[in-house]
Amino acid sequence: MSNLLKGKTGDWEIVIGIEIHAQIISQSKLFSGSSTLFGSEHNTQVSFVDAGMPGMLPVINSVCIEQAVKTGLGLNAKINNFSIFDRKNYFYPDLPQGYQISQFEQPIVGNGEIMIDLDGNTIKKVRIERLHLEQDAGKSLHDQHPSYSYVDLNRSGIALMEIVSMPDMSSAEEAQAYIKKVRNIMKYLQTCDGNMDEGSLRADINVSVRKPGNELGIRCEIKNVNSIKFIGQAIEYEAKRQIDIIEDGKVIKQQTRLFDPKKGQTRAMRSKEEAHDYRYFPDPDLLPLVFTDEFVESIRKTLPELPDLKKQRFVDEYGLSPYDAGLLVSEKDTADYFEIAATGSNSKLVCNWIAGELFSFLNKENKRIDESPVTPVNLGKLINLIDNGTITGRIAKDIFEMMFKSGDDPMTIVDSNNMRQVSDEGEIEKIVDLIITSNPDQVKALEIKPNLMGWFVGQVMKETQGKANPKAVNEILIKKLIIKD
Amino acid sequence: MSVTIDNVKKIAKLSKISLSDDEVKSFLTDLNKIIDWVDQLTDVDTDKVSPTFSSFGLEEDTNQRNDVIKDGGCRDAIISNAPNSEDGFFLVPKVID
Repeated sequence: MSNLLKGKTGDWEIVIGIEIHAQIISQSKLFSGSSTLFGSEHNTQVSFVDAGMPGMLPVINSVCIEQAVKTGLGLNAKINNFSIFDRKNYFYPDLPQGYQISQFEQPIVGNGEIMIDLDGNTIKKVRIERLHLEQDAGKSLHDQHPSYSYVDLNRSGIALMEIVSMPDMSSAEEAQAYIKKVRNIMKYLQTCDGNMDEGSLRADINVSVRKPGNELGIRCEIKNVNSIKFIGQAIEYEAKRQIDIIEDGKVIKQQTRLFDPKKGQTRAMRSKEEAHDYRYFPDPDLLPLVFTDEFVESIRKTLPELPDLKKQRFVDEYGLSPYDAGLLVSEKDTADYFEIAATGSNSKLVCNWIAGELFSFLNKENKRIDESPVTPVNLGKLINLIDNGTITGRIAKDIFEMMFKSGDDPMTIVDSNNMRQVSDEGEIEKIVDLIITSNPDQVKALEIKPNLMGWFVGQVMKETQGKANPKAVNEILIKKLIIKD
Repeated sequence: MSVTIDNVKKIAKLSKISLSDDEVKSFLTDLNKIIDWVDQLTDVDTDKVSPTFSSFGLEEDTNQRNDVIKDGGCRDAIISNAPNSEDGFFLVPKVID
């Protein structure tokens, strides 16, 4: 597959590296005992540590360490048995300490790699450079007062994992697939909820362009793009902008840019080259993090089945195609839903119904699969009713709609609405006879247009409100209209 | 190693401090004295010494706490330290990037 972009002077290759900031799932902050709950009253989740008061000392949260190690293992990465914390110094009102506690030269997690899924079947390896622990900053509100900014420190000190990829991606689709995959792995691990709307997952995208085979070009960093869709738009815009500049004989300026979702464009942030002088040094308030191999192995034992393995198991165990299996495991909740529904029912049908009816109803109502009124157990029951001939596939769609509205058991709906399949040949014959006698023109036309048969099937179905066994209807129609005995 | 006028100006800028020319000169003298004093350390041969990350020794692990909420919820006390505040927010001169 080629990802090259056409320019005036020939083909261009995009080179993309991504930094993901993922908020760790924990009750309390990285270095203080304040709550991490999203959406609380401003400044109510702030301790004197988070406010950077003099003399306050950080004490690290053991769960945050475990979550980072777990994520590192999920990214097939090397866990460093020795890591240290550094101070990254910069001045900003929502950073009360005047520095962010981060990890610079010796992070908790080193090199790793993940496989990303592209258009169903293609798989590409993306290397992970590192993962380190750091504190989040507070939040500034600039639109509340004409001459002042408001500062809310609830987020200050919440634990983040910064996950840095190697520049291994070469298209917007690959970048999107990478972020989706990392997010999915963290959701499986329950180390980050991946919610981009609430800012639990934020991405900075490094983009550069080059002629295929040439040295890496000068890159620009696009900050804080907060949706998968915008990430795609930002990369496409930025690559094109850079190609135009180079083809006009000018030089790319290395800079930090912001994506404007309304215009679909990136623009330069106010230049602050100096601010990149972060003067890192080891934080004297914190001792190194030292792990034994036993500790790392004890975390490894708690890892759940991750998406790649689950996908393979779905192929092996349920006989699904890799495409279908990939679709189901792309969200942990979907995979869980499938496994419950497929217990004791036809797994291929379950998969089709999830990807078809269920997704379409959920989309319409803007619901997540874990909020579905149709429980996985009830979907399994519905599929069994189709499979054992109690209802027709057509009527099943009506029943599904009723289940989606009421949350009822499908059997209750079938019984109270008299929706059982009619397989009684005598009964179907009577209906077929009636349709034949009242439509002599169509019977005649059938002799030259054999595909009119479908119209007759439709009439019988209409007459029986979709309850007639389609196989029986076909057989009787053929007997009466073609063989004519 | 010695500090230049430009170094002092840069440090002041990074610290968001504005200095008069006289202050720059005075800090230049002070900082150079500090650097000269610390420079004595370069006389020590450290080729075979690993970096010291803490005075507790290399094997000492960092102290950890359990993931329990037992702090915060003291907005008034936090905000009372702010030179300027409104409705429970810290108030700072407008900053937009």
